[in-house]
Amino acid sequence: MQQQIDALPRHAQPAMRELGRRSEAADHPFKRIATIVPAQRYRTGVSHQEPMAVVGKVGRREQVVAVSPAALMLGIHIGMAATHARALVSDLDLRPAEPEADAQLLDRLALLAVRRWSPIAAVAPPDGLWLDLTGCAHLHGGEGRFCQRLLRFCRRAGFTARVAIADTPGVAHALARFGPDDLTIVTSGDTVRALAPLPVAALRLEQATLIAARRFGFETVADLLPVARGPLARRLGLPAIHRLDQALGAVAEPITPHSDPAMPMVERRLLEPIGTAEAIGQVMADLLDDLVLVLQARGLGARALRLVALRVDGGEQMVAIGTSRPSRDAAHLLRLLKLRIERIDPGLGLEQFRLVAPHTEPLGAVDLGQVLAGEALMRDPARLVDVVAGRIGEEAVYRIAPVASHVPERAVRRVSPIAVPGGWPKWQRPVRLFAKPEPLWSVMALLPDQPPRRFEWRGRTHKVVAGDGPERIHGEWWRRDQEVWAVRDYFRIEDADGGRYWVFRRGDGVDNATGDLSWWIHGIFA
Amino acid sequence: MRAGALHEVSAASCALVDDAAATLFIAGIAAREALATGAPVLWASCRNDLYAPGVAQAGLPAASVIHVQPRDDKALLAVIEDAVRDGTPCVVIAEVRRISMVAGRRLQLASAEADLPILLLRQRRQRERDPLEEPSAAWTRWRIASAPSLPVEAAGVGRPQWQVELARQRGGEPFSLILEGCDETGRLAVPAASADRAVAAVGTARQAAA
Repeated sequence: MQQQIDALPRHAQPAMRELGRRSEAADHPFKRIATIVPAQRYRTGVSHQEPMAVVGKVGRREQVVAVSPAALMLGIHIGMAATHARALVSDLDLRPAEPEADAQLLDRLALLAVRRWSPIAAVAPPDGLWLDLTGCAHLHGGEGRFCQRLLRFCRRAGFTARVAIADTPGVAHALARFGPDDLTIVTSGDTVRALAPLPVAALRLEQATLIAARRFGFETVADLLPVARGPLARRLGLPAIHRLDQALGAVAEPITPHSDPAMPMVERRLLEPIGTAEAIGQVMADLLDDLVLVLQARGLGARALRLVALRVDGGEQMVAIGTSRPSRDAAHLLRLLKLRIERIDPGLGLEQFRLVAPHTEPLGAVDLGQVLAGEALMRDPARLVDVVAGRIGEEAVYRIAPVASHVPERAVRRVSPIAVPGGWPKWQRPVRLFAKPEPLWSVMALLPDQPPRRFEWRGRTHKVVAGDGPERIHGEWWRRDQEVWAVRDYFRIEDADGGRYWVFRRGDGVDNATGDLSWWIHGIFA
Repeated sequence: MRAGALHEVSAASCALVDDAAATLFIAGIAAREALATGAPVLWASCRNDLYAPGVAQAGLPAASVIHVQPRDDKALLAVIEDAVRDGTPCVVIAEVRRISMVAGRRLQLASAEADLPILLLRQRRQRERDPLEEPSAAWTRWRIASAPSLPVEAAGVGRPQWQVELARQRGGEPFSLILEGCDETGRLAVPAASADRAVAAVGTARQAAA
């Protein structure tokens, strides 16, 4: 092509602008649009080989809204009644539709697209994404390679995707859903030819309009094109004309991009490099004062803060803190940050500081009605938790919450320190519980349900003077096969020296399947 | 018991039963304090054999305890000092094995400043060595042992009894007596039989333990 151009006389050579696609900057801003359609709900972990269908409520009817390829081969199709599908294929994996979760996932994908592929990206509900590739395609190695990468990414993420690139959003939308191939790239100016063979439904028309079009014998877009606009508008309505014009590029269809809110960030550059702890603390205080203003303006509270300090030699020092509740209390945040000063290595000096809040949550006004009325209030432990967690780590601070289980060692679990757990049933429980029950030796006890009379534990013989029990605890058969018949009979016993122990016997003393009648000590009462 | 002060409690012997009694003695004091103020209790320990349902039966429900499990005693002392200076908890409980005189003084000062009691459960470093032999800045030092319970009419275990010994207190005399263990609100009681006998001692004990 270049040779042909060069062969022409100079005055006859076309200007750069007329060479079309090679000057991308001259393109219409809404020309180069790609649409990806993540085919619905094929999450990772779901095998595509199994026949599976998603059932949703359409009107008052339960019907299939999405099917897997395997189910499609078995004759299940979208729009079929759920009961019909179940009758056709008895082992069909039917799952309820989650439109909200789908929308959230799509939102996250759009955010990813904004961050990685194109600054103008938006959700095309219910199942697509718009990406405006104008001026971005060359960053990803051209349109073809970009589409390949996009398809590969979607496959890795567990989606089956269809990609179309065209001059207008309408055509891209139509080709991604009704086109013959998974990947369609329409060269510039070929819009009409690409659109013509598609069915009328590809134009994003209303259901009533589609019925009207069928009545008038319009099957494909090609049938619509030669018809005069006036009669067409009278038959199909003005919105249909508008959609057609949007697809052909006669009417602009701007994309409202998905916004990626910037993280609150403040920065200080110092005249002289600093290195002392006091000076760093001062900078932290100044930065926090600035950041609190930023957060206040946006109505946010910080859940995490990151302080990045730039050293004179170009190295970066980073410290991070987290809070258990959103906060913009400068004094509190400063105290947490100061705990981290010792982890900053100033080297030859630090000359630039940046404080970022990577994780923020909305923080509005607090209702103080109860406090003003002087009613009893629970002091909020969040501040204390932050201070302690800042020193020894988040996982070392916890509360203990009940679990609905009668097996003692399973009745507790650790939860977040700002949760408010409930209580346990009022069975007598020891204050110290061994992680593993310890075996008792030379136990003398009457079967089936008397506490032991004497036992040996850790090399000492104990003579029992009183005992309560048994408290029978059955194994949890739904957890393990070994526990189906297992029984523990717990006794609270007191020895002659006043020690009170919690011992148990495996087995109920009657049936051998319940345990081997061995004795164990599990805890100590006060 | 004085609020803004450091108190030490230790088991009378190396037996686990005495340790359990000392633990519950502390839990009972904290339970009364938590009930009165509505603030959480901070329980710092390097061990993890504390059984929360048992502690809840001494009047300290799970909702009012925040557990902290540091790696060693050094981190533990730093954490409880932070917590005392923060002032949110109503009682700070710490199970420590080794605490120097200086660290004890520090805690005592912090505690007096914040008007917030610190209860130290002293664990034994060696089997035969009483932790209360070491010098300390604590306001009171208690030694707890479990004692045989009074026999009940039916076959069974009676209400637990403890041998409570106040080994040392500032501005007061040491004493020793047998008390009944915590009930579900964390209160101790004087056994019915000795209630008539030692009226004077009871008065001191009530003030000391309440």
